[in-house]
Amino acid sequence: MYPELGQLALILALLLAVLLAVVPLVGSLTGRDNLQAFARPLTTGMFVFVGLAFAVLTHAFLTDDFSVAYVANNSNSMLPWYYKFSAVWGGHEGSLLLWILMLTGWTMAVAIFSRRLPSVMISQVLSVLGMVSVGFLLFIVVTSNPFDRLLPNVPADGADLNPLLQDFGLIVHPPMLYMGYVGFAVAFAFAIAALINGRLDAAWARWSRPWTTVAWAFLSIGIALGSWWAYYELGWGGWWFWDPVENASLLPWLSGTALMHSLAVTEKRGVFKSWTVLLAIVTFALSLLGTFLVRSGVLTSVHAFASDPERGTFLLVLLAITVLASLMLYAFRAPVVHVRSRYGSLSREIFLLLNNVLLVSATLLVAVGTLYPLVLDFFGLGKISIGEPFFNLTFSPLAVATGLLLGVGVFSRWKKTDAGWLARKLLWPLAISTLATAAIMAGYGGFTPWAFLGVFTAVWVTTATFRDLWDKSSSKKGRIHGLRRQSRSYYGMVLGHLGLAITMAGATVVSNYGIERDVRMVPGDVAEVGDYQFVFVDIGERRGQNFTAQYGSFDVMLDGERVAELHPEKRQYSVGMSVMTEADIDAGLFRDIFVAVGERVSDNAWAIRLQYKPLVRWLWLGALFMAAGGFLAISDRRYRIRERAAESATASPETSPAQAGAQGTAGAVS
Amino acid sequence: MHPIRKKRLTIVLFLLAGLSVAVALTTYALRQNINLFYDPTQISAGEAPVDVRIRAGGMVKEGSVIRDPDSLKVEFLVTDYSASVPVEYVGILPDLFAEGQGIVAMGRLNTEGRFVADQVLAKHDENYMPPEVAGALEKASKAEGKSVTGSVKPASY
Repeated sequence: MYPELGQLALILALLLAVLLAVVPLVGSLTGRDNLQAFARPLTTGMFVFVGLAFAVLTHAFLTDDFSVAYVANNSNSMLPWYYKFSAVWGGHEGSLLLWILMLTGWTMAVAIFSRRLPSVMISQVLSVLGMVSVGFLLFIVVTSNPFDRLLPNVPADGADLNPLLQDFGLIVHPPMLYMGYVGFAVAFAFAIAALINGRLDAAWARWSRPWTTVAWAFLSIGIALGSWWAYYELGWGGWWFWDPVENASLLPWLSGTALMHSLAVTEKRGVFKSWTVLLAIVTFALSLLGTFLVRSGVLTSVHAFASDPERGTFLLVLLAITVLASLMLYAFRAPVVHVRSRYGSLSREIFLLLNNVLLVSATLLVAVGTLYPLVLDFFGLGKISIGEPFFNLTFSPLAVATGLLLGVGVFSRWKKTDAGWLARKLLWPLAISTLATAAIMAGYGGFTPWAFLGVFTAVWVTTATFRDLWDKSSSKKGRIHGLRRQSRSYYGMVLGHLGLAITMAGATVVSNYGIERDVRMVPGDVAEVGDYQFVFVDIGERRGQNFTAQYGSFDVMLDGERVAELHPEKRQYSVGMSVMTEADIDAGLFRDIFVAVGERVSDNAWAIRLQYKPLVRWLWLGALFMAAGGFLAISDRRYRIRERAAESATASPETSPAQAGAQGTAGAVS
Repeated sequence: MHPIRKKRLTIVLFLLAGLSVAVALTTYALRQNINLFYDPTQISAGEAPVDVRIRAGGMVKEGSVIRDPDSLKVEFLVTDYSASVPVEYVGILPDLFAEGQGIVAMGRLNTEGRFVADQVLAKHDENYMPPEVAGALEKASKAEGKSVTGSVKPASY
């Protein structure tokens, strides 16, 4: 009974989405307020029905309703309740439903938090989001119905959730990632709406900014969680594999980072408008591309649920329509005005432009490395793979360049920066970074050019950020007053940049100074990894709720003292008979100690992986800093105040779009 | 030249220079890091290059896994049921590595025709077959004129 209700709710949501895609848009184009007024109620209706469908599916999982095919394929009565809950998005159909729930949730949020936007704008934005919802709701209703029944042959029990996915990481990783992916739909909708009514101005940039920043913050957390999960659950200690699926999430993150910075220039200075709109379109297109890559089954990975070609085709068509329609609109409506530049070659505008060039280059590079093998395979030109060395070789220089540029850019000013003044500002950061890097290298023992560059860049970004904070917070009323006077969005930027530095430091140090040893051990053996001794105490059996495990015990010694006791496991799951390696990690801020049990190589000998991972936590800590920076920035008061101001500016009827644009872009002559 | 044009020209030249460096570097990096896939039939026919990093894949032949008693060295045969290639590897094999399972290995072919692997991949799911392996098996079975469908089809979950 309930599952049919769920399906009905999805169909109703689809109908409401169709109305939302059409009615408010027509209203905004014909100037009929009564049609525009439908935008919010339709949004609410769509969100409520999708939420209902999601609740029904969750209920089916929690009550072990194996008459629903999707539940039977992805759950089992022996699962603990929290994995039954997260199993809702453990397969293709459910994760698509989660995606749609997020999309309608974002749409709802736009409807709620944009009360101060002009009615025409909000109607168009909600309509565009409605169109995106139509695409995905059609996709789920036509090709991927999660409520399909297995009647009358209801299985006695489910096929179980893939043991890899029975983990805390899976509970939180997909929702965060989807929040990010889907959030870029809002920036996209704002861009399209601005193109439709020809209002690419500072107000548009200001409205888009907080949404873009939030989406980016969620995506940062989502990617970091994925990397963390791979590290302890799947990767035997690896944290980034340049796997196409990982790249699929990195692509929108990179272009989204570029978009955030370019929006800043568009808001403050009214330039780079066309570029910013294009980035907004590209970023959302890359989110869709990511969904296609991950969900269509063209890739071989743990994420590839669907090998049904119909689904892949559907997604590809959806992607093609979105990209073509947006680019057509862009071609016709993008501003063709010549903005005569009023900024010098050492201005903040130029630094942010270079930032964008670097980030977009990195995006292109990752895209080439990810898509090239797929394209070759598609045309039958051979099966190739592009290995990690390609990405490491090409991505690292861009990352270093971005960091070095950032350290200079934070001091730069809009319009023009005096070269001598800038050089004096950089003197101290340069000296401190060089000394600190030398000290850090000596501490870890061993110099390599890449390690030096990576650590130097991280310290450089940190010192430059603090130097800038120090300068900005100087005040006659004292330092505390000066620090208080800085805006939240400024502190958001500081946190974001520090986060980048932390992640870079972690990535560099763990890649260059980490130690990994695979050894054959029998109980009683001792192996050395760096300064640590690993004692293999014994290995025995242990029973869990739905598995039995070989349970190892290791003592980790440093200078004759025991610093950790680790219990890695080899689990055998009773339902699918699959085997899982559960590493045990002694986590620390400055180093992780990692033990994983491989296969049994003889009666009493085991293959064991031992690792020392310095600063590995910093990778994810940095991402948390970045996300926190994003959330802090959008809580800035100025968004609320300026929204009010923008409303009063646009409320006056004689203000034509062109005039509004000119007002918003003081300093740039159009 | 007009100062604005001069400035524009500088920017364009700058961008062009940057672009060509980027393209050159990318092409170079791609050349160095493309790994082609060869199936056991191709390797035993001598079609695969020696001492170049390639990927090889197929099924682990039943009864062919030999472990060294003192280290983590392992030797086994990878087969597409029409030809087999000996593979040697030192390290930890993935959880789903087993005789009769499909695997993909990265490594180099040595002059004696042995494949020295530095990485062995078995996929995350017990029903799953790497598409390269599925393709290789299908090709081999077509050449032999017999059908091994059922074990060849990549399964989803």
